Amino acid sequence: METTAATRAGTDILPGKVGVWWFLASEVMLFGGLIGSFIVSRLGSSGWSGEAAHLSVPVAAINTLVLLTSSMTMVMAFGAVEKGDPRGLRTYLFLTVLLGLTFLGIKAYEYSSEVAAGFTPVTGLFWSFYYTMTGLHALHVLAGIITNLALFVMARRGLRNQHRVELAGLYWHFVDIVWIFLFPLLYLT
Amino acid sequence: MMSWLPENVSTYGGDIDSIIRLIYYITSAWFFLTLGVFLLFLILYRRREGRRATYIRGDRLAEAAWILIPALIVLVLDLWIDFRGADAWAKVKGRVPPGDLRVQVTAKQFNWEILYPGPDGKFGTADDLQLENEMHVPVNKVVRVTLKSKDVIHSFFLPNLRLKQDAVPGREIEGWFQATKPGRYEMPCAELCGFGHSGMNGWLHVHPADEYQKWVKEHWPTS
Amino acid sequence: MSDPVAVLAIPEASLHHEELGFWRTYLFSTEHKTIGKQYLSLGLFMTIVGGFLAYVMRWQLAYPDTEVPGWGFVGPEFYNVLVTMHGTIMVFFVAMPILLGAFGNFLIPLMIGARDMAFPRLNMLSFWTLFVGTLVLLASFFVPGGAASAGWTGYPPLSAKAIYTGVNWGLNLWILAHAIEFASFLMGGVNFLTTAITMRAPGMTFFRLPLVVWQLLTAATLFLLSVGPLIAGAVMLLMDRIAGTSFFLPEGGGEPLLWQHLFWFFGHPEVYVILLPAVGFVCEVLPVFCRKPLFGYRWIIYSTITAGILSFVVWAHHMFLSGMDPRLAMPFSITTILISVPFAILVFAMIATLWGGSIRFTTPMLFALGFVSMFIVGGLTGIFNGSAPADIYITDTYFVVGHFHYTLFSAVVFGGFAGIYFWFPKMFGRMMNETLGKVHFWLTLIFFNATFFPMHILGLGGMMRRIANPMQYQFLQPLQPINVFITFSAILLLVAQIPFAVNFVWGLVAGTPAERNPWEANTLEWAAPSPPPHLNWGEAIPTVHRGPYEYSSPEGPEDWLPQDRLVVARSS
Ligand SMILES: [Cu+2]
Ligand SMILES: [Cu+2]
Repeated sequence: METTAATRAGTDILPGKVGVWWFLASEVMLFGGLIGSFIVSRLGSSGWSGEAAHLSVPVAAINTLVLLTSSMTMVMAFGAVEKGDPRGLRTYLFLTVLLGLTFLGIKAYEYSSEVAAGFTPVTGLFWSFYYTMTGLHALHVLAGIITNLALFVMARRGLRNQHRVELAGLYWHFVDIVWIFLFPLLYLT
Repeated sequence: MMSWLPENVSTYGGDIDSIIRLIYYITSAWFFLTLGVFLLFLILYRRREGRRATYIRGDRLAEAAWILIPALIVLVLDLWIDFRGADAWAKVKGRVPPGDLRVQVTAKQFNWEILYPGPDGKFGTADDLQLENEMHVPVNKVVRVTLKSKDVIHSFFLPNLRLKQDAVPGREIEGWFQATKPGRYEMPCAELCGFGHSGMNGWLHVHPADEYQKWVKEHWPTS
Repeated sequence: MSDPVAVLAIPEASLHHEELGFWRTYLFSTEHKTIGKQYLSLGLFMTIVGGFLAYVMRWQLAYPDTEVPGWGFVGPEFYNVLVTMHGTIMVFFVAMPILLGAFGNFLIPLMIGARDMAFPRLNMLSFWTLFVGTLVLLASFFVPGGAASAGWTGYPPLSAKAIYTGVNWGLNLWILAHAIEFASFLMGGVNFLTTAITMRAPGMTFFRLPLVVWQLLTAATLFLLSVGPLIAGAVMLLMDRIAGTSFFLPEGGGEPLLWQHLFWFFGHPEVYVILLPAVGFVCEVLPVFCRKPLFGYRWIIYSTITAGILSFVVWAHHMFLSGMDPRLAMPFSITTILISVPFAILVFAMIATLWGGSIRFTTPMLFALGFVSMFIVGGLTGIFNGSAPADIYITDTYFVVGHFHYTLFSAVVFGGFAGIYFWFPKMFGRMMNETLGKVHFWLTLIFFNATFFPMHILGLGGMMRRIANPMQYQFLQPLQPINVFITFSAILLLVAQIPFAVNFVWGLVAGTPAERNPWEANTLEWAAPSPPPHLNWGEAIPTVHRGPYEYSSPEGPEDWLPQDRLVVARSS
């Protein structure tokens, strides 16, 4: 086939989007490796459901709800970009950041009450996995909050270059999805 | 090349050697064939004034067959090696026979602890005997080895018996061998296990039946 | 992350670009060509470090427990450091920076007809991240306790507790340096893939891409998709070391073999991350100096992708004797054998390319041919390791060391030098000296074989890897002359690199200025001036009309037909 169009061969795809998708693919493998290790270890040991019973399912369920809601506000932030509504963009970004911080706050509360009850990362393999997996996830949430905060600051200068909101959204949803996997694996095993 | 292998003194060593030999012949043949064609092309098609290279793209299946069919032959030869090898693998690692004699080998930085169950045939009883870096077995008897480790990963290696097996902490790994010739054979560690890895070594003493009985009498005079 | 309109718009504005000053031109440059050269410099520097470690190691093996000239006494502790750091440096801080970092950066935009990478600032960040990782790794030599000594594979429990090796901070820094290096190449890989997907010149369809771009992209993909589990493993290992968890420690319920699975899930694809770019260089060099198309272009692409996919399901062939269920050996033996088919196709395609050619034995061509022949040996010796029963005897011996040096060392050295000699004129605008280049090639070929071939013999003789003193074993003492022979060959192999160093420096300073297209090659980078200016293409991006290997095509009178040349149909 002869392609002699005057444009580039791949112009119709946004580079940022392609980049983020590849990045997320590697992130999937990172959490995949961790979750895979957890499952393999889980199948090879006994008594883990007893350990998991010490976790608070209601608190985690609330946290799941918080994170899901933040995904929704992120979608609405992107909707505001598409409608050309800088005010809405700022509001929804701010809400997303706030919900993210709430998630981390609740997580910190969980950690402290677990540590107070004597469950630390060295209590046993289940707890090692629990703290490592949720800790790594929390770091991802933190990175997302920082990104969203940066976008929030930039949004005060208008809507220029706001395709980045979509990219940040992709990442934020990914972090959300990871939690959807972690929640049943850790709390409901 | 094959003459560099140390003398084989185990019943299954021959199976492993014959696989190595089979692969050696096949790969040598391929090596001389491909390298021969390679060098031939280099000589035949070196640059000469006034001759233009032939325009062959090799994309059509009829052309590509020149590379696909040899690749298929490679696959067939490889599968042959694998299926021939499956039996040898199963013999050495798959079905561990019950054994005439049981020994427990515990690796630690940087020694082999060899534990004999004694006349009662049970480990963990008063008549157990523990030796360091020294294993005594009778010739032509199946010796069953239980491999353990106290600290890091080691690898139990008997070059003359073609036996190698990692010793992993937290696991008990079963292995076996049957020596066919009396003598002293080295028993090094083959997996990096710390600063004393180099020099972590032991000796396997394979005794003729009567000599082995004498050794047993020496250590368990009551039985 | 600029949008595509901006990407096209920037050049017009900045073609008459302002002077950037020293810092932004040479150090914190966002220019893909400069960044490529930075990777090359870093890689070449680390080669000297890694090569020196190899020399100290070899001397100790030939004359155990004697003073190493130029270094001093090597104890068993430090020998393990040498083994570990040589492997780590050569794989992660030499092979990847040179083959993937330097050439990926330099070639991808030029060969697809782009003005720069998709994310230039991320590109700069990738390099400087790697630079920091290198510093961390080098710093680990100087912390109390010394550098890591648990092998480049870092098997726990040995690596999981300081008491087992006596190394505490050195090993933590080793893990950290890996993490930083991984982050660097993750960013780099995302950049490569995005650039190639979104920024190709008009007419540059995927099936007109030069093969080296395909190989680099496959390598980047393999890295992106395989490194995640190892990062997870590294996090767990660091937790074991610092936080006191027991992921890999059986006394706390952990499983040492889990690390091996995570490591080799990455480890085998990683081999191809290094190998494929080198294969790519050879794929570019061969047709140019045979003056005919590369045989079976599409078949090579399919083979590359197949090998890439299969590389994710072979990892346990490194673990036949690890204590995993022996019934797993045969399935992994089969997948390992399947993977030899795409590589067989690659090699046969390279040989078939020679058939009917008009071969010019230039220095890059000699190195490319050297790669093909040495890679055949490496591939064939791999069959010994891939067969589970043969592996019982072969594994953890020098046979394995010989095997992977025939594949990896030949990829880096023969593939890498083929690339450097071939693209040097484009990179630096000057030619290298052919005579010195040929001397370099023949010495390297001879001493490479003299160094690594006898290792197979040592392996068959039973010599274990990573032992500091073969004389401690009676059955190895008769083999000691071979060890001495290897050591002197290795020293000469290192000495054989001096002609290259001279040639490189001389070429940079005083080489004959290179023409735009000194090799009469077809791919797009040769359409740019040597060296290409900022933004590569002047006012207009080239338009691509055909595939990359149309040499001696009946379409034209010359024996080459560049991808961007417009040919008006001839009347017959
Ligand atoms: Cu050892
Ligand atoms: Cu492998």
